[in-house]
Amino acid sequence: MIRFEGVHKWFGKLHVLNNVNLQVKQGEVVVVCGPSGSGKSTLIRTINELEPINEGRLIVDGMDLGGRGTDINKLRAEIGFVFQQFNLYPHLSVLKNITLAPIKIRRLDRKEAAQQAMALLERVGLAEKRDAYPSQLSGGQQQRVAIARALAMKPKIMLFDEPTSALDPEMIGEVLAVMKDLAESGMTMMVVTHEMGFAREVSHRIVFIDHGIILEEANPAEFFRNPKHERAQQFLRQVLSPMH
Amino acid sequence: MLKYKFDWAVVTSGKYFDWLASGLYVTIQLSVVSVALSFLLGLIIAVMRMSHVRPIRWFAHGYLEFFRNTPLLVQIFFWYFGSYKILPQAVNDWMNRQNFEFAAAVVALTIYTSAFIAEDIRSGVLSIPKEQMEAARSSGFSYLGSMRYIILPQAVRLTIPPLINQFLNLAKNSSLAMTIGVAELTYQARQVESYTFKGFEAFTAATLVYVVISSVITILVNIYNKTVLRPMRAR
Repeated sequence: MIRFEGVHKWFGKLHVLNNVNLQVKQGEVVVVCGPSGSGKSTLIRTINELEPINEGRLIVDGMDLGGRGTDINKLRAEIGFVFQQFNLYPHLSVLKNITLAPIKIRRLDRKEAAQQAMALLERVGLAEKRDAYPSQLSGGQQQRVAIARALAMKPKIMLFDEPTSALDPEMIGEVLAVMKDLAESGMTMMVVTHEMGFAREVSHRIVFIDHGIILEEANPAEFFRNPKHERAQQFLRQVLSPMH
Repeated sequence: MLKYKFDWAVVTSGKYFDWLASGLYVTIQLSVVSVALSFLLGLIIAVMRMSHVRPIRWFAHGYLEFFRNTPLLVQIFFWYFGSYKILPQAVNDWMNRQNFEFAAAVVALTIYTSAFIAEDIRSGVLSIPKEQMEAARSSGFSYLGSMRYIILPQAVRLTIPPLINQFLNLAKNSSLAMTIGVAELTYQARQVESYTFKGFEAFTAATLVYVVISSVITILVNIYNKTVLRPMRAR
């Protein structure tokens, strides 16, 4: 589904992605972790070209990003993206946040789009909030709506960029539960997160990145029991027991 | 003691009242058409001004500088006395079959006001967080689609107070159309004055009517803002 081949990216002189090689297969759930500033957000943002790459090849759903003739809007419609700050449309109700893209891009008729949106709202447990505005919702609720909004396009891939980092601790669980449910339904997912519980329990593979270099790639059991790279060991110590 | 005898009946009834009323009707027509067109054109110019395509951006920039920095009266004269010399014959014929004075006034008012509206809308757009554009693009919207459905609806809400100002200016500026013979309110007040020498009454009446027009515009935009657009609450 996603294939990085020798991908590089620079922000000015800063080398944010350094020779990234990575594959994500259909139905796989991959967690990307690493210290802040390691390039993990940039990595996930290259997949729908919110950040264009400078060198190498990146193939998503059979389309070559940066290749000529690639319709980026068409590709993005197939990829759901969930942001750290939710980024719901504040001028639209919850229902309209979800139905806008299906109506305008997928050309669904209003009724059908609304039915589908209601089914998604049921799934994330927010059916009663259909007419609320984003500012009337808690952070956790907004993020669940954002996930429903992304799912409304029936994407082939879901990308999550630190989806729980802006949430109060008591709301993290409700968002992770929705993501877990999604993973179990067979969705191809790539998740940037510090939630090691989610990584251990839900993901198929963990990618550890630092200074733009992928230092370790392992299944969760192996990664947590026996991290090979020293930076990964250090990172795990800090995330798992921040007091030490 | 004033020697002047006020005669309000001149403007509150009879023939001269009818003149003023017909002037008011033309002023309203002129204002409504120009408000709608200048708002649309202002939106388009604002988006062009922010385009990633340089020639489009430069064109919009030139448009803004040019029309904001020349007097409206000169522009009205240009469209009325000057434009027919460069327009194709077919367009001129069509224009002459319409009300040419009215059309020239609409064109001048629309273009002039759209330049100011475009700048107001652009500053509104610039105040929308860039993450909104990212969210829209991530859903598969093109740049223009994102603008149309996500960015501009938010920007226009933020732009309401300066937009009211532009619409008020437009309604008042429409009085300049009298100079090319559009029989709007000021033109008719002047006519009443010429026929009756009751200049004080005629222009007092016109002044009051402009105050009412301005108040109505302010109230309508505010109602539209509160009901249709719904104010965005703090995020």
